[in-house]
Amino acid sequence: MDFSLLLQDIPTLLVVILGVPVVLAAYIVGGEYLVRRLPDKNRPQVRPWIWVGPALILVAAYLLIPAILTAIQSLESNNVDVLDPGTWGTNFVGFKNFARQFADFPTGGAWVAIRNNVIFWLIFYTIFTLIFGLILAVLFDRVKYEQFVKSLIFMPMAISSVALGLIWDFMYEYQPPGEPQTGTMNALVTTLFHHDPVSWLQDQWPGESFNLLNNLALIGAATWGITGFAMVILSAALKGIPGELLEAARVDGAGEITVFRRVILPLMMPTIVVVGTTLVIFALKAFDVVYVMTSGNYNTDVLAYRMYNQLYLASNSGGASAVAIILLVAVVPVLIFNLRQFRAVEARR
Amino acid sequence: MTVAAAAQPTSSATMFSPRWIADHLSRWPLHIAVIGLTAAWMVPTIGLLVSSFRPFSGQATSGWWTAFANPTTFTISNYTQVLSAGTTNLGQAFFNSFMISVPATVLPVSIGAFAAYPFAWMKFPGRNGLFLALVGLLAVPLQLTFIPVLSFYVQHLHWTTNNLEATGIPGLPWVPLWLAHAGYGLPFSIYLLANFFRALPSDLFESAEIDGAGTLTVFFRIVLPLSVPALASLVIFQFLWVWNDLLVALIYVGGTPSVAPLTVNLAGLTTSLGQGSNLLTAAAFFSMIVPLIVFLSLQRYFVRGILAGSVKG
Amino acid sequence: MSSVTYDHVVKRYTADITVVKDMYVEIKDKEFMVLVGPSGCGKSTALRMLAGLESITEGEIRIGDRVVNNVAAKDRDIAMVFQSYALYPHMSVFDNMAFPLQMAHMKKPEIDKRVRSASKILGLDNFLSRKPRALSGGQRQRVALGRAIVRSPKVFLLDEPLSNLDAKLRGQTRIELQKLHRELETTFIYVTHDQVEAMTMGDRIAIMNAGILQQVGTPGEVYDHPANLFVAGFIGTPTMNFVPVTTSDSSAKASGFELKLPKAVPAGKGMLGFRPEALTDKPSDVSTLEMKVDVVERLGSDQFLYGQVGGDAVTARVDPRMKVEPGDTAKLGLDVRGLHLFDAQTETAFF
Repeated sequence: MDFSLLLQDIPTLLVVILGVPVVLAAYIVGGEYLVRRLPDKNRPQVRPWIWVGPALILVAAYLLIPAILTAIQSLESNNVDVLDPGTWGTNFVGFKNFARQFADFPTGGAWVAIRNNVIFWLIFYTIFTLIFGLILAVLFDRVKYEQFVKSLIFMPMAISSVALGLIWDFMYEYQPPGEPQTGTMNALVTTLFHHDPVSWLQDQWPGESFNLLNNLALIGAATWGITGFAMVILSAALKGIPGELLEAARVDGAGEITVFRRVILPLMMPTIVVVGTTLVIFALKAFDVVYVMTSGNYNTDVLAYRMYNQLYLASNSGGASAVAIILLVAVVPVLIFNLRQFRAVEARR
Repeated sequence: MTVAAAAQPTSSATMFSPRWIADHLSRWPLHIAVIGLTAAWMVPTIGLLVSSFRPFSGQATSGWWTAFANPTTFTISNYTQVLSAGTTNLGQAFFNSFMISVPATVLPVSIGAFAAYPFAWMKFPGRNGLFLALVGLLAVPLQLTFIPVLSFYVQHLHWTTNNLEATGIPGLPWVPLWLAHAGYGLPFSIYLLANFFRALPSDLFESAEIDGAGTLTVFFRIVLPLSVPALASLVIFQFLWVWNDLLVALIYVGGTPSVAPLTVNLAGLTTSLGQGSNLLTAAAFFSMIVPLIVFLSLQRYFVRGILAGSVKG
Repeated sequence: MSSVTYDHVVKRYTADITVVKDMYVEIKDKEFMVLVGPSGCGKSTALRMLAGLESITEGEIRIGDRVVNNVAAKDRDIAMVFQSYALYPHMSVFDNMAFPLQMAHMKKPEIDKRVRSASKILGLDNFLSRKPRALSGGQRQRVALGRAIVRSPKVFLLDEPLSNLDAKLRGQTRIELQKLHRELETTFIYVTHDQVEAMTMGDRIAIMNAGILQQVGTPGEVYDHPANLFVAGFIGTPTMNFVPVTTSDSSAKASGFELKLPKAVPAGKGMLGFRPEALTDKPSDVSTLEMKVDVVERLGSDQFLYGQVGGDAVTARVDPRMKVEPGDTAKLGLDVRGLHLFDAQTETAFF
């Protein structure tokens, strides 16, 4: 490895690490100096805007305004400079970009990606993760070495989805029947079930129009990575249930399964809902695993990948914008639900 | 009492007495389930780790589990090959990842800290609406923002990697990415810190007010020192998020080896080396070193950040 | 050192939520004034308006001769001790006490001198480098006091400073606070919901209820001459007995007894009040009550009888040597000096 690169980069890093906070602090101190010059009654009106100003500008520049521009772009043909309001409407194509994405149901346009996102990913990813997370949280809660096993399960959260994709590429490796299997999954399938090896990422079982298997293979890899997240939050909720409640239920004659079903589960429901909605949003935004493992081939496309694909490989910014808007429309109901939850939590504060 | 404590058999029984044995036997299924599930969860990672120390000939013809039968074949040649300059640019990418992640953490955390304070402790019109909007933006797909930002960078500012590298100013080629990560990271940063600030006791602020502390003093001498745990969580969360990010880096700096981070480089290797290459295993593990070190040493803060960020989409 | 005046002060949050109503009270220089009342009565709001933590809707607050309505908290020359102590958790005891002085841009040697002298008074010398979390509750409370002392303020404000201490420590600290007040010779304004604290510590007590100042007076005055039914019921444990009566000229008739009033009052409905100790086992020329005793509590120094006189519940505090058992009927004399009569409508006292 060439460590001279490091020596060259360190000064730059130092400038940023020290410079950014210093410039910001100077800005705030300067702002405060100006605020103090104002009449007493105006200070509380001006001061907050000085403090939140830089953040609001960045958020507007990178999230809010671009999102609006993308909405405009999705109604225009490709050769529009969406940043120049003068060109808005000159290449107006109405909903043509969307029409193209929604053409030829069920295999054309964005349909495969939509199906994968809102059926396969949304259902299986969310449910698998919740079930695994809940089982692990409940089981781990009863052993003394809880912290240790928890951090092992949680570890995949720390690594990148690219690495995660590679790890699972190796798990799913396929060798022709008869040859020694190098992938763990196929070794299990051939030795334990005496089944022919499965080409997990290509096999479109049970059929091309409903290729559950390879999608499940991708979802399984993603689930493996995210379960630690669900487990940690659910485990925190589990610990929040007063032990006396469980003891009371046991004294009342409930078995462990009844205690779980009738006491633990209902009390954890609000947390399960929060984790569930977050997972739904993750599922709709899935990208990395698909990008790394299949590039959307064999009918494993998802919206986020399709958008990337339209933008870079097809140079179709109108189509990419339309896909992004479709993605937004899928997320919005969940988002509104989440905001409601958030408000309910805030109201209880 | 926690469930764990409640479920423990009240083992006042003497060791190895019949009752002691019965108590412990009854818990075996639990331990087997716990350890079995955890072990199963570890298999993919261990498989990759073992593979990364096997020569190409071994990797291509037999499963990683067979390697234990013949431990002498373990080698570090995959690592030396993948890290040698010229073949993969992995070393360069490693430094690039630092150059991207550190500023892309400092920016949203420090800007967010200043912005979070008014949301927690100042009254101003529109405060609650703005905060709600920020929470909403947490879940907005970033894909929605790429095209306009990118076209602004390229067509209006002429911020292409080539142009920025041509200036010769160190760090400049990453500025577009730093700013983008700052913008994307700010809603979460503000959300987490504002909630933490708000939970500080109001008496402290009133006491400081009577003691004659102004807004700046309160922020720098009371709020910030008391918020070190929250700041630490946020720094770790944001750092790992950026370090592991593929999509944003792919969009704004692309695959140019002199600027691309590890994730982009690694994703590129899967195509150029072909899936299943023995070098990929080593490269993948190499890319995990920093996140794993950060995770293992600062797990507590990371988990706290995750818990706080359970609304981040 | 300074007087404090609440000049017809009103605190209103919205048109129909008024938490302090037309409060007028003059607090003298060097006085120990206690604001007491049930929770939500507006006493803390009254204190916080003086501290500058809440705005004043109407009226004026003066410290000395200066109107402080629009003066920032830090410029009011006051110091405040909070219920939670509000110690800065990340600063040492020394830094906590030095903080207000640093804010006033005082010179280092002077800060040092003041913190050390305050910590000597409070016995905190050995803890100056500790963080608040390494201190006991009582020590934390003293640091909070110390932080107030170092500023040598004109007025000391204390908001329920003892409520986080255990009963024993509370008793000790009550005495220490009184000593401190004498040593510092400064005006103290002390807010509490505990009438025992109020009675034992205050030079004068201001009793509030529902945002209205009910009575201001020395502990003796408010105990012996409560201005109205609320004050009579709030001050004293066990509480005063209240018996509805019908008055005619100078006598009153209750459900179980009749009595001669020391002063003539208009005929009508009234509420007769007498403290448990106004009942004795000696006969009285005012009235003798026949009490059906339900419960007897012997506390060694005292003996409390709980029972019924006619249809009214009555508590008596009698000589512990008096022999009574539950179920007995005790003959108790009513002492004229402990007698109060309130108008049933307005609840104000006739005497």
